[in-house]
Amino acid sequence: MTALLELHAVEARYGPLQALRGITLEVPEGSIVAVLGANGAGKTTTLRAVSGMVKRDGEITFAGKPLRGGPEAAARAGIAHVPEGRGTLTELSVIENLRLGAYTRRGRSVRADIERMADYFPWIPERGDQTAGTLSGGEQQMLALARALMSRPRLLMLDEPSVGLAPLIVREIFSIISTLNEQEGLTVLVVEQDVRIALEVAATAYVLEVGTVALSGTSAELRGDEAVRRSYLGY
Amino acid sequence: MAAFFQQVVSGLASGSIYGALALSIVLIHRATGVINFAQGEMATFSTYIAWTLVTHHGFSYWPAFVVALVVSFLGGVGIHEAVIRPVERGPRIRVVIVTIGLLLVLNGLVTWIWSGEVRAVQSPFPARTIDVGGVAISWQDIGTIAVCLLSVLVLGAFFRCTKTGLAMRAAATNPAEARLVGVRVSRMLAVGWGLAAALGAVAGMLTAPSVFLSPNMMLTVLIYAFAAAVLGGIDSPVGAVVGGLLLGVGLNLLGTYVDFVGSDLGLPAALLVILVVLLVRPAGLFGKPRVRKV
Repeated sequence: MTALLELHAVEARYGPLQALRGITLEVPEGSIVAVLGANGAGKTTTLRAVSGMVKRDGEITFAGKPLRGGPEAAARAGIAHVPEGRGTLTELSVIENLRLGAYTRRGRSVRADIERMADYFPWIPERGDQTAGTLSGGEQQMLALARALMSRPRLLMLDEPSVGLAPLIVREIFSIISTLNEQEGLTVLVVEQDVRIALEVAATAYVLEVGTVALSGTSAELRGDEAVRRSYLGY
Repeated sequence: MAAFFQQVVSGLASGSIYGALALSIVLIHRATGVINFAQGEMATFSTYIAWTLVTHHGFSYWPAFVVALVVSFLGGVGIHEAVIRPVERGPRIRVVIVTIGLLLVLNGLVTWIWSGEVRAVQSPFPARTIDVGGVAISWQDIGTIAVCLLSVLVLGAFFRCTKTGLAMRAAATNPAEARLVGVRVSRMLAVGWGLAAALGAVAGMLTAPSVFLSPNMMLTVLIYAFAAAVLGGIDSPVGAVVGGLLLGVGLNLLGTYVDFVGSDLGLPAALLVILVVLLVRPAGLFGKPRVRKV
């Protein structure tokens, strides 16, 4: 498998605070890769570095080309980034959020894609005109996911999709992500606090500690790792 | 009773002008959080362009109107790119000060190019009145209301139904998210300045026939527009239009039926509206009260 996304010695800082101290990782085409770690380890910043939301150094290669510029450029290159805390535009309606998701696309298949989203999220058609801000937390997270899919991304980046959601909803969201990966070959880079579920769906994972990669391997390897089990899985 | 309705209709006419200018102020405020103090002078400039086309270049009224709209749109985009964008990332007060500077520069420029002379402008509408159930309504009023409301509706449809309109709303309410879906936020702000300038031009061109064309003709209209925007809610497009209409009718009735107000105390009354709204209901009639996280 060739790598769709490669990070080599990527650094990023917020003012005087260095959040990433040389991250190297790769996301093979068609796989699900998880980024794990404690709060402040640099998980979110890793995604923000990829989509150009923070100033970064080092090399980021996407689909064989160096990735430069801000979030607009990343979106146009085919990266859909769902940020932490429900990436929806709360003042727009559900349908408007989906239309906006397809902003970078040309052509007239947007309507067909909105209908396609109903296969994954059956509640969407009947709630299309509802303002996104009035949806429940789980629905907003699903809408954020649907909006990201509307751009037909080559890479989907999810930042802690489970935050603040009931376990049942979290399970549903991750099962949709798995299905998309298996049936449509969607490549996914997911940052997650819920290590157990992340290791269930991801093929490989990276564990970050204070801005560097402390550990990486297949999900099975990490599940078997003593340190991971004790620090993150708690058994 | 006929006199009353006559005053209401002519109030709606001036109110629709306040509403249009208020809407152009609201558009920019929603997108950038600043009040564009130069909105009135930009409209004056546009009106002079239309007037020049008609009197010196043989244009008839409506083609000149359309050309002035296009030039205003491009001018608005140009102003954003040239003087607003460089200060956009700094504190908002810097942008506000730039717009005040713009007000002075444009006012001076108009006087320099066209002189401060007061000029009569022909109205595009017939000078006759039409009788509706005993109420005489002037075509000037009907035309003004129709053109303003049409402009507002076209703009509303643009924001609702087009991809660019949707992207502009996203850029205005949540720029970080908008960039993540590939919207070029700064370009959207430039388009917003262009649309606001064009809408302001509509207000200016409809104001000129009744107050004469002069470099300061939009000064009072701008204050009424501020009052309308505050009354409706400074972030509510619908509120701006409704606020404008309410203010127009209210001031007209006040001037007619309250002796001491007459036509001289309109401005103080408008300022009183601003003050009362800000004290009693700062979000305005249609605005959502802002909850600030601490």
